[in-house]
Amino acid sequence: MSATAVMAHLPALAVVVPLMTAPLTVLVNRPALVWRLATLSCLLTFAVAVGLLARVLELGPFVYEIGGWAAPWGIEYRIDAFNAYVVLVVTGVSAVAMPFARRSVEREVERDRAYLLYCAWMLALTGLVGIAVTGDLFNVFVFLEISSLATYVLVSMGRGRAAPLAALRYLVVGTVGATFFLIGVGLLYEMTGSLNMADLAARIPPIADSRVVHAGFVFIVLGLALKAALFPLHAWLPGAYGAAPSAVTAFLAGTATKVAIYALLRVVFTVFGARFAFGTMAFDVLLVPLALAGILVASAVAVFQQDLKRMLAYSSVAQIGYMLLGAGLVSEAGLTGGIVHMFNHALAKTALFLALGCIAYRVGTVTVASMAGLGRRMPWTMAAFVLGGLSLVGVPLTAGFVSKWYLVQAALERDLWWVAAIVLFASVLALIYTGRVAEAAYFRPAVPGGLPDRAREAPLSMLVPVWLLVGLNFYFGIDAALSAGVAGEAARGLLGGVS
Amino acid sequence: MEHHLVLRVAAKLLIPPILLFALYVQFHGDFGPGGGFQAGVIFGAGCILYGVVFGVDNLQRVVPAGVVRVLSAAGVLLYAGVGVWSLLSGGNYLDYGVLAADRVHGQHLGIMLVELGVGTTVSAVMIGLFYGFTSLRP
Repeated sequence: MSATAVMAHLPALAVVVPLMTAPLTVLVNRPALVWRLATLSCLLTFAVAVGLLARVLELGPFVYEIGGWAAPWGIEYRIDAFNAYVVLVVTGVSAVAMPFARRSVEREVERDRAYLLYCAWMLALTGLVGIAVTGDLFNVFVFLEISSLATYVLVSMGRGRAAPLAALRYLVVGTVGATFFLIGVGLLYEMTGSLNMADLAARIPPIADSRVVHAGFVFIVLGLALKAALFPLHAWLPGAYGAAPSAVTAFLAGTATKVAIYALLRVVFTVFGARFAFGTMAFDVLLVPLALAGILVASAVAVFQQDLKRMLAYSSVAQIGYMLLGAGLVSEAGLTGGIVHMFNHALAKTALFLALGCIAYRVGTVTVASMAGLGRRMPWTMAAFVLGGLSLVGVPLTAGFVSKWYLVQAALERDLWWVAAIVLFASVLALIYTGRVAEAAYFRPAVPGGLPDRAREAPLSMLVPVWLLVGLNFYFGIDAALSAGVAGEAARGLLGGVS
Repeated sequence: MEHHLVLRVAAKLLIPPILLFALYVQFHGDFGPGGGFQAGVIFGAGCILYGVVFGVDNLQRVVPAGVVRVLSAAGVLLYAGVGVWSLLSGGNYLDYGVLAADRVHGQHLGIMLVELGVGTTVSAVMIGLFYGFTSLRP
């Protein structure tokens, strides 16, 4: 096939490459070889994502018909700036976390089960990319199930007795979420006879007064909010992130909830339209207070966590609040801030979780107490953790600053100064919870015999991905032309409905 | 189950028609109701019935766990592979029409192979789940 032919099939390839890799990992079944295969596949998928974004920015939104069947009867993949951006984030995080995973998985997962982890990882990637690229609501459900089932498996492979239980809890909540989503899709299908998003967007406005459509909206939003861990539906998240293997936590933290938020925004803005969602249904009356409560409560809870994985997990719940706050403000600046925060938070949080993975690899436990004196023993890892933490706080020159800048701007645009104040206050909370770790690592002396002898600097194959992400945090903090530029275009696309 | 004579005889009588019926559902799938998923479940159920009545060890001699693992992956690979084949033949992903000179013939061929992949994976995963549960020690 020629280069142009490949370019035309990029939407399908983004899903097919990881999908084909998953069964291959099972057939190969040799840990070292499987890891190489998975890494290659992750890099290839990332390259496809870069190609997709470049094509969208050059030619504008385009459609790919699966099986050659035209929508609304067939399934179409509809690529615009928003989902190309999300696919870039998802595949990028996967492409950075997978090279990291080899040493980390060797230490944390039994050798004869490691291939299953890589297989589940590729399936999760398939599902997440699929949710993002598809333009068909039922297809979203199918990919949601693929990614969710794979994620439950990934979480259950963590060490200790907590992992299977956390996976089961996640499974119960996730299944409820997926079922709600499906019920909502069913109600819409009953009313419109269509599952295609663009087709639905045209068919819903004439029947927008119908109680069934209202119920469909509520079911879909509730289902996706569960998957996105919107406060107060976040209870599954800290357990799942805390129990999963380190590399998996880093992968999920950067991808899973963000794709759910993508789906939520897509349904609210593209399928139902901002006028219906925020006018008729007054969704922002619910969304903004919940987002703000999530930001405050989860940040405050994070301050008191002893286990650092759980601390960062609660921080993720707060960051999800930022992303949805941006959507709730229903303005171009707000949406841009929310969408660019998906990108920036993926950079910061993945870097932090990978740094924790390094510490777990050398020290074993990742509690605040076990950090004492670690600044000297693992200088590069701890420096990366502190710098990643600064981006999470939103210090100028880091990526986190860019998204908070947009959010504060959007809040002030609408004279919601107290919203801006809460966003800034929560940054102080973030400073406290990341500062605790830095304080323990640099200023507390090591307890004699507290750190094991093998607690020295992490191997290079783990440090390089961490520092790559830390570098990107600063790069996109200084030059946000790409990250905020595409996010702005995505926001305009969402507010303008289906182009 | 040595002493359940009726059960053993009935199972022996039933299992071959069950497996045959699975193949019928599989290959009749593109003309009438049925298809890979249902066929895979029926085939898997036939194998599991054998395992329940005559013991897991006997079933493992027929379908070893390693074979189950390979088959469950091979089915997915067949499905996705047909899609790639149609890509390479110049169509969109999973556009079966381009798989043969005649578009209708291509559609038949494509759907048959894809359903075969589904059937393979579903039956293998069913048996795999059965092995998984029977290997649990309380």
